[in-house]
Amino acid sequence: MTGEALALVSDVLVRATPLALTGLAVAIAFRGGVWNIGADGQFLAGATLAAWIGVMLGATHAALPLALLTGAAAGAAWAGIAGILRSRFGVLEVISTIMLNFVAAFGVSYLVRGPLQEPTHVYPQTSSIGTAAELPVLVPGTRIHAGVLIALALTIAAWWAMRHTAAGFRLRATGANPFAARSAGLVDAERVTMRAFLLSGALAGLAGAVEVCGVTYALYENLSPGYGYTAIAVALLARLNPIGTFVAAILFGALEVAASALQREAAIPSTTATVVEATVILAVITVADWRARRVERAA
Amino acid sequence: MTEPALALREITKRFGSTLALDHASLTARSGTVHALLGENGAGKTTLMRIAFGMLHPDGGTLTVEGTERHFRTASDAIGAGIGMVHQHFTLVPAMTVAENIALGGRGAYRPRDAREHVREASTQSGLAIDPDARVADLPVSAQQRVEILKALARGARILILDEPTAVLTPAESRELLARLRAFAEQGGTAILITHKLRDALDVADDITVLRHGRIVWSGLATEASESTLVETMVGTSDRAERESARSRSATGEAVLALRDVSVRNERGRVTLERANVVVQSGEIVGVAAVEGSGQRELLRVLAGRIAATTGRVAIPEYVGFVPEDRQRDALIPDFSIVENVALRGAGARRGRIAWNALRGETTSLIEHYDVRGGAPSVRARHLSGGNQQKLVVGRELEGAQSALVVENPSRGLDFNATDAVHGRLHAARDAGAAVVVYSPDLDELLALADRVIVVHAGRVSDAPLDREAIGRAMLGATVDRADTPPEHT
Repeated sequence: MTGEALALVSDVLVRATPLALTGLAVAIAFRGGVWNIGADGQFLAGATLAAWIGVMLGATHAALPLALLTGAAAGAAWAGIAGILRSRFGVLEVISTIMLNFVAAFGVSYLVRGPLQEPTHVYPQTSSIGTAAELPVLVPGTRIHAGVLIALALTIAAWWAMRHTAAGFRLRATGANPFAARSAGLVDAERVTMRAFLLSGALAGLAGAVEVCGVTYALYENLSPGYGYTAIAVALLARLNPIGTFVAAILFGALEVAASALQREAAIPSTTATVVEATVILAVITVADWRARRVERAA
Repeated sequence: MTEPALALREITKRFGSTLALDHASLTARSGTVHALLGENGAGKTTLMRIAFGMLHPDGGTLTVEGTERHFRTASDAIGAGIGMVHQHFTLVPAMTVAENIALGGRGAYRPRDAREHVREASTQSGLAIDPDARVADLPVSAQQRVEILKALARGARILILDEPTAVLTPAESRELLARLRAFAEQGGTAILITHKLRDALDVADDITVLRHGRIVWSGLATEASESTLVETMVGTSDRAERESARSRSATGEAVLALRDVSVRNERGRVTLERANVVVQSGEIVGVAAVEGSGQRELLRVLAGRIAATTGRVAIPEYVGFVPEDRQRDALIPDFSIVENVALRGAGARRGRIAWNALRGETTSLIEHYDVRGGAPSVRARHLSGGNQQKLVVGRELEGAQSALVVENPSRGLDFNATDAVHGRLHAARDAGAAVVVYSPDLDELLALADRVIVVHAGRVSDAPLDREAIGRAMLGATVDRADTPPEHT
């Protein structure tokens, strides 16, 4: 592979990794009947905790696993707030999760200017995490990091679990028809829903941790260019299939990388990529709908 | 002679292959309360929906105040001075009373005028209501008043009410019926759809009785008595002979037992009160009740699907349950048949799901219960309603050998499929299962049950295996104690 092509692959994979993880987070939530559109906030919660651990414990051996795990836990907790609001007070998560996105974004702004700011107090960002907290680079000379493998492994695990485990089945059943899940399956739907919140949040939080440990090595404002929102498009394009989300994430990653290249080289506005993304989603929805209707008619 | 307010003549209506109304006629005189009586599914609501323009008759004519009308929509009927209060209210919970009543009006919306309008209508009709209250905060009885005011505000001179007392306490019912009486005395016409005999006899001037889509009785309330009405509503039993064929194989071992069980719904209303029920191994207990009597709650407590508010419940770990609304409570339409079979017991399942074994089980279930058009991988939504029912019955029968609760077993089934399901239930009973069946159709209940219990106004009582006595008890008429069989002591 030529250096240039390799660099391109590297860029696409780096861009696709957070989309694959947040896309998976959204897909699992949606499958479970949880309309989590707060993956962006959960991503930031995860990134924040991972950065903090990475800076504090950056020299110790356990730094990397600890950073990733606390990142996932932070994301789960952030989503858990919306989960509790829904189960206790009936607050729709569509509203609460999107609000929590803003809380997380402004929280990060505060932290990188305040308690977590680098010691010179010049830049609005944290210090760099210690090298022990960095995700290993897979291909020397590129930015491809082990986060890609984490995303791939979790994608396959999620696909398998949804299909073959009782817990995955309960999640799908509760999402598809909570009444039948409760009445016919004697499923504790409240609990399944809460778990969907937590699992989804954990995946989005892990995405944030992976971004900090694998790409940026520090926390700063605007760390996420809206990954959590693009994740919704990724999940829907994949029709909520885990394997599909990984493929869709690569596609979206490629589109966005291509868009910035086009802007640089040919002065074509990078928003073109957004137009293409939306067109792809519309096309897929139209085709899926058309096929479903044909099946209905045939039946 | 003055023209009748509303006259329906020779109305016929078909739904697919079922004849819902068969040359049904009803004449509501101006300035009277008219009660339309009948069992569940007799066609009362269908007939009134035709009068309100929501359904179109296949035959017959409709006359309002002497003019023949052809309503295309409900707004046409509203324009002609007809108002209808449905069983399920059509209010916007987040809006105030005044806003709800103004909704659907024309021209600009002026909050002050709207409030004034409500106050006026409220004083005029005697239906007390606060125009600024949010509908969601109102109790059911007040919401119903809002519905009535809404109809009156749109100029309704003929008011149709579908089972209005079903959601009310006795005191609230009396109050409502008194208001309807007053409305009629001021020249209005009220048509009351009900299956409560007492309501009809207490308030109505005229009574019409529907049975299986036909008018079986019509006349002045003063000419009617409780017993003649029961007889016309439920019909005289011609299938009583069938019962002699049944075997009683109850072993005496109690499988399902409720002791002093009460259930309170989310609104705090007691729907089941101090129920004592024992179902033994090897018997089918039929539950008879009119809609909203607490039978839903009784069945769900017996099936372990809802918890009792107070009292003791002793039931096996898994009780098979066939709910009335299978699309909502029993099946996941978007899942395949095998996944729907896997749904049973999904709450207790651990680890991996053995899809291969389940596919085998599903294939034999499809064959065994004659689920047509079904392969394990076909989505449940692609099955016809009857075949969905067969699937659910099969799944629950296979899954629970010791106890089974069935709500409306033949809903949506044709004659042969009904027979097949009945055969399965009898076979399960003979194999030692404790079976509880609810059906709105008394004929079906009598064909299935070894004994019958009746739920009326949340209270459970025993009833003899006699059509008329059951009908009487269901409607809350006093049961002649001498009718009670000596065997249940």
